[in-house]
Amino acid sequence: MASTPSVKKHMQSSDKTTSDHSKSPIVRPSIPEGKSMRTADELAQATEKISVTDLSFYYSENRALTDISLSIPERCVTAFIGPSGCGKSTFLRCFNRMNDMIEGTRVEGEILLEGQNIYSPRTDIVSLRKRIGMVFQKSTPFPKSIFDNVSFGPKIAGIRRKKDLFEIVERSLQRSALWDEVKDRLSESALNLSGGQQQRLCIARALANDPDILLMDEPASALDPASTARIEDLIFELKEQYTIVIVTHNMQQAARVSDQAAFFYQGLLVESGATEELFTNPRKQQTEDYITGRFG
Amino acid sequence: MEDRSNQEQSTKIEGGEAAVIQLSRVSSLEKAGGLWCSLRPFYEGCIHFMLFVCASISILVTVGIVVVLLYESVQFFYDVPILEFLTGTRWSPLLKPQHFGILPLLCGTMLVAGGSAIVAVPIGLGTAIYLSEYASPRFRDIVKPMLEILAGIPSVVFGYLAIVFVSPIIREIFPSAGVFNAASACIVVGIMILPMIISLSEDILQSVPLSLRAAAFALGANKFEVTVRVIVPAALSGIMASFLLAISRAIGETMAVTLAAGATPKLTLNPLESIQTMTAYIVQVSQGDTPTGTLEYRTIFAVGLALFITTMVMNVIAQYILSRVGERYE
Amino acid sequence: MSSKPDIYTTKRRGRITNMLFTSACFLATMTCIFLLVLLIWNIIIQGKGWLSWEFIERLPSRFPDKAGIKTALWGSIWLISLTAMFSVPLGVGAALYLEEYAPRSRWRKLIQLNIANLAGVPSIVYGILGLGLFVRALQLERSVLSGALTLTLVVLPIIILASQEALRAVPDSIRRSAYALGATRWQTVWYQVLPASLPGIMTGVILSLSRALGEAAPLIAVGAMAYVPFVPERLTDEFTALPIQIFIWTSRPQEDFHHLAAAGILVLLVVLVSMNAIAIFVRHKYGKKIRW
Repeated sequence: MASTPSVKKHMQSSDKTTSDHSKSPIVRPSIPEGKSMRTADELAQATEKISVTDLSFYYSENRALTDISLSIPERCVTAFIGPSGCGKSTFLRCFNRMNDMIEGTRVEGEILLEGQNIYSPRTDIVSLRKRIGMVFQKSTPFPKSIFDNVSFGPKIAGIRRKKDLFEIVERSLQRSALWDEVKDRLSESALNLSGGQQQRLCIARALANDPDILLMDEPASALDPASTARIEDLIFELKEQYTIVIVTHNMQQAARVSDQAAFFYQGLLVESGATEELFTNPRKQQTEDYITGRFG
Repeated sequence: MEDRSNQEQSTKIEGGEAAVIQLSRVSSLEKAGGLWCSLRPFYEGCIHFMLFVCASISILVTVGIVVVLLYESVQFFYDVPILEFLTGTRWSPLLKPQHFGILPLLCGTMLVAGGSAIVAVPIGLGTAIYLSEYASPRFRDIVKPMLEILAGIPSVVFGYLAIVFVSPIIREIFPSAGVFNAASACIVVGIMILPMIISLSEDILQSVPLSLRAAAFALGANKFEVTVRVIVPAALSGIMASFLLAISRAIGETMAVTLAAGATPKLTLNPLESIQTMTAYIVQVSQGDTPTGTLEYRTIFAVGLALFITTMVMNVIAQYILSRVGERYE
Repeated sequence: MSSKPDIYTTKRRGRITNMLFTSACFLATMTCIFLLVLLIWNIIIQGKGWLSWEFIERLPSRFPDKAGIKTALWGSIWLISLTAMFSVPLGVGAALYLEEYAPRSRWRKLIQLNIANLAGVPSIVYGILGLGLFVRALQLERSVLSGALTLTLVVLPIIILASQEALRAVPDSIRRSAYALGATRWQTVWYQVLPASLPGIMTGVILSLSRALGEAAPLIAVGAMAYVPFVPERLTDEFTALPIQIFIWTSRPQEDFHHLAAAGILVLLVVLVSMNAIAIFVRHKYGKKIRW
């Protein structure tokens, strides 16, 4: 089942819309050259970006997450895996306080972003969300032009000069590997893009805010395999600059893209560690059962 | 190609550096810098408050209606005992000797409301069923905008039609009928409330789940049986609510009734006679030069109060039924 | 023959009732269409001979062949512009509060129920409110301003309900994405939600204003004049309106005034139908472009 480079090669070349304009028609293997999965040692040495201590989360009276402690290293990809309803998405939304929008939710414990508590009453949610970008499961372009989509974040942050905005848009689209496909039609509606392009547009939109962390909530689950491969490649490139946290129910994907993985089950963090270790040598029986497909 | 990717690599690095610079600039979450940032919560709060005020105006309007109506009505009831107002069978506030019994006006109003319901309910329900269950999408696309036009025709136009078109026909058939008669008012008001009954009932019929239809068809029922035995009963409470709303609309209907039904308050159920409704009375007084603060002036507030309470009660009941219908299929 | 029915034959009785019922429902539908055509045809026949450019340009008169609708038309234009100025910001603001800001509390439910009921209050009751509040209490007298404020109260609930529906049609994912990009609530609403719901709001606004244009009852209650020989120039001027002029002409016994009324109705209907057409156009043109 594991998607080997050769399978991917085939799929990508069949993707007509992207291969014509793609910036590198030569197909990269799923792990680009010179970029590799971080080893356990490297992980241990990486600076801690986010540290979660004893976090519990409640939807009114129902506890959705129980006493979770986790450290997320800088410039690495951390994947949250687990069966649906295990709380992994809820946990992800805790990082940029998207759960605040749901009435009757409550958080206990703390999440520190470079030593500062995200849930401190003095925290400004707007600046927090500018530092922690988010990409959703379903691509959600605004019903506006491509340019307006990407420039929305900087615009509301107060950047008004067209030239500055254009620079930011170009840079963000280049980083999300979409520039070459859309550079001639920036004023076209974003809704005309294909599903995979829309999702990369959403990534560009998040990058335009210059965040240092990128949260991705099953970013590829609604995409076809070829577009999924492109998103995964992109994640590899982005982790050189950004700290990425990704939620996925696809274990192959987690194994391919992540450096660190955390397995959730029924609101509990069962096990976390370097991806290689977690997948090849899980310490807990539950983890092994899930990874080998015995439940979930 | 090689060149370009190099270029990109360099922009990327530049971008990376910019990001690092940016990071050090905003390393604190409690962003302190910039006048805008410190003003932002205040600005947001102002907007929140302004929108809140907009929404509260609707409450103020209701309070305003109640206060204005009650304020003048209470003074009216100092002079006219409330029992006499509610049970008196003669209404002649503008002529001596004055009588203040609202029953003739109420009777006229109910006559028009009932008559228009008799006109509108069968046609409306039939049309709603046809549009919802039988009509092809193309036919619906033609009929629905026409019904919207019918709904958009102002009430005064129906008043004109009642006098110029409907009333002569009625007098042709029933020579005893007057120029102004309740029947012509019933017919035009019935036509007026038709689009309302149709669109509300059709919405209700459409909201009956497809599974229910499928289940009935699977049991071997034909289209007629499915419609009459399954769908209409399932939607019945909602359809009743739409009738209530339409009748409440007919009660509040003013211009058509004023023009068509005449200005003689009478305790009668004969649709061929001239009558007066509550709304028509209010128009009659408003048109004249009744001085402020007199008893005659205050009658319109007392009648207005009666009208407001009648329509409000019917609307509240209808809304209650509709809200329960909404919950059932969710 | 076996006792089981043959699948090719239907019960005769069932077939006949089915057919009768279908025809009855179809007949009801055709009645509606027939009535609409008949009514409009009747008005056209009655009024077309009297409709001319002079009719629109002339002042009102006691003599049918010299009467025109100039003051009434201008009165209506004044009323509708002022009503739009007052009711659109208020109505859209209230809808924004209810859909985007208000917590799902009892208070919100109360306002919502209240608005639904206000939409069902007869317009003449608003007229009485306008008489008590604007004309008497606020001393605005029988002015264009009083009339416009009263009409604002009439259409406000309709605008609020239509705008709410348009706002509800904007998917939550749009709001979530904007928040995730660090937008504040107002920025989300102003830059994303409002533009996306604008076609729906516009449609609702146009339809409500066309309703206001046809209203006569509340204006009579606040004391619109039957005979106003001049065009309003200030907010405090007396006024008349097209529906009121039609009402006055219709209530005259002379045949000629009825023809004048029909001509006035034709002018009113042309304006109303064009407003409806614009609303339908907006809904189709801009509504279809956005597919979620």
